[in-house]
Amino acid sequence: MAEHHNSPTVGTYLAVFSALMVLTALTVWAAFQDLGPYGDLVAMVIACTKATVVIVFFMHVKYSSRLLWLFVGAGFLFMLILFAFTMADYASRGWLGAPSSYYLSIQ
Amino acid sequence: MAIAEQDGNASGYAAPETNYINNGYGLKSWLLTKDHKRIAVLYMISISIFFAVGGLFAGLIRLELLTPQGDFSHSDTYNKLFTMHGVVMIFFFLVPSIPATLGNFLVPIMIGAKDLAFPRINLLSWYVYIIGGTLGVIGILAGGVDTGWTFYTPYSSTYSNSNVLIVAFAGFLAGFSSILTGLNFIVTIHTMRAPGMTWFRLPLFIWAHYATSIIMLLGTPVIAITLVLMMLERAFGFGFFDPRLGGDPVLFQHLFWFYSHPAVYIMILPSMGVMSEMIACISRKRVFGYEFVAFSSVAIAILGFLVWGHHMFLSSQSTYAGMVFSVITFLVAVPSAIKTFNWTATMYKGSIVYNTPMYYVMGYLGLFLVGGLTGLFLSNMGLDIHLHDTYFIVAHFHYIMVGGQVMGYLGGMHFWWPKISGKMYPEALGKASAVLVFLGFNLTFFPQFVLGYMGMPRRYHSYPDEFQILNVASTGGASVLALGYLLPGIYLIWSIFKGANAPQNPWGAKGLEWEVADTPPTTFNFESTPVVTEEAYQYGPIEEH
Repeated sequence: MAEHHNSPTVGTYLAVFSALMVLTALTVWAAFQDLGPYGDLVAMVIACTKATVVIVFFMHVKYSSRLLWLFVGAGFLFMLILFAFTMADYASRGWLGAPSSYYLSIQ
Repeated sequence: MAIAEQDGNASGYAAPETNYINNGYGLKSWLLTKDHKRIAVLYMISISIFFAVGGLFAGLIRLELLTPQGDFSHSDTYNKLFTMHGVVMIFFFLVPSIPATLGNFLVPIMIGAKDLAFPRINLLSWYVYIIGGTLGVIGILAGGVDTGWTFYTPYSSTYSNSNVLIVAFAGFLAGFSSILTGLNFIVTIHTMRAPGMTWFRLPLFIWAHYATSIIMLLGTPVIAITLVLMMLERAFGFGFFDPRLGGDPVLFQHLFWFYSHPAVYIMILPSMGVMSEMIACISRKRVFGYEFVAFSSVAIAILGFLVWGHHMFLSSQSTYAGMVFSVITFLVAVPSAIKTFNWTATMYKGSIVYNTPMYYVMGYLGLFLVGGLTGLFLSNMGLDIHLHDTYFIVAHFHYIMVGGQVMGYLGGMHFWWPKISGKMYPEALGKASAVLVFLGFNLTFFPQFVLGYMGMPRRYHSYPDEFQILNVASTGGASVLALGYLLPGIYLIWSIFKGANAPQNPWGAKGLEWEVADTPPTTFNFESTPVVTEEAYQYGPIEEH
């Protein structure tokens, strides 16, 4: 799993740092806007973008071997499994009527 | 495993003057070591201490349940006893036991490497474990914790008056220790295999540890974060799980079991790896269906992540989600059964040697079979309504975790003890301990299946009079079991001082650790890198040893 030699330059780091700062400012700005139900979505999209930038550049994944990509991908796959199965529970609680539908009725 | 390296030293074995044990004396040489074998020994000592502490709590629980009245301990004290038994045994014994001791010792040697990929991280994992363990002990001495090892919210985050924060943080640290171990194993197995050691020449012990490491790496961060969320809610009132604050208590259960069910496989998979090694050796045969056994480890690791909802059939989880979790839980039985059938097929027409490891293998197979089959009872959503939170559950998971995992740990410890210590243990006592453990275990836990089926709930310090006879049997069995565990502790330590010197390969086993590495191994395991030229477990006709 030796890392490739084309590691990021100082310029790349500065660009990524600037991008993270801009995105942070955007998060703060978005938090004060009335976006209705889309507020959470916007915040999550910005947060995920920042996380991706950190993982790809600061954590050197872009410059690493395919095997390392596989392991990073596996982490995200299992996170998706966690979200999907958990949300499947919440989404299907009302299907059979009471009593589990009570949860949805108080939302 | 044929080796194209090193001078032959199969006959007239003379152990090297310097080995990993005597290469440096003094506390500093151990506490600052980067040698994977010494770190394994450090883990072995620490884990044995925690096993004794957890066993002490178990003994107090069984003492309380000797009579129907709650007359030995107050109900609050009893809550703390079973919680601390669970926390100590799971976080500080079962999860690290085989990977951190036998795995640490054997993974590099079995693949022909000089050490793990990150020796300093390996030592760090032990220190993190010790800090976590120390915090756990401080929490216990400060009055204990009473939430159950599951730390269910909102009780843990809101209502409990016990030391939840410190003990949960101890569990958090123990989790990081196992992440570091898993990371080390994965990198080592990928990058440090000896020439010729292809994936399908790897011992099945390595496959099992690889699968275990995947779970450690992918699952443990989730429990770590979950515990942090719970601690934040408890300490600062953040609303993650408390409905009054906009949280959801069932969300905690989802997050908790996403790790904690796969954690069962962290505990049992390494034990399965130990079994594969021992069964091949004592049957003098290659493991039947090697590839199937190898891939079944990976299948268990992956499927194990898709079944956590079976802990939540009665926690307001939707019926449809429950059905999916139930079906996948039934599926997990398939790779487990593949292993069990293949081990049995390996023994069929084998030249079986009736030594101590063999006794532990037989015990393991019986107990794991019962534990696994009763798991199918519990996968069934309808039957689970009757059995949920009863002693049936307690019996089931002890059959898997103690019957399966601890039998594997003790069996493996006997199998590799000559390699680890350079000494032989008394064979008769070894067999006696295996028999005592098997009998004591069944006497302790089989009555609990009956008690649970009759409706006795877990986690109560008193019970109706009609349950007493089975509880007395269970407590009696626990005494026999304790003796069975104590005995190896005594004669293994005795063997270090008084035991006969072990030959290089006392069982005539295959594998780099037996055929090439010295007994005990030298600090860097091999004089020069071995070259592997054949598949694992190429046992020939039986030889006299």
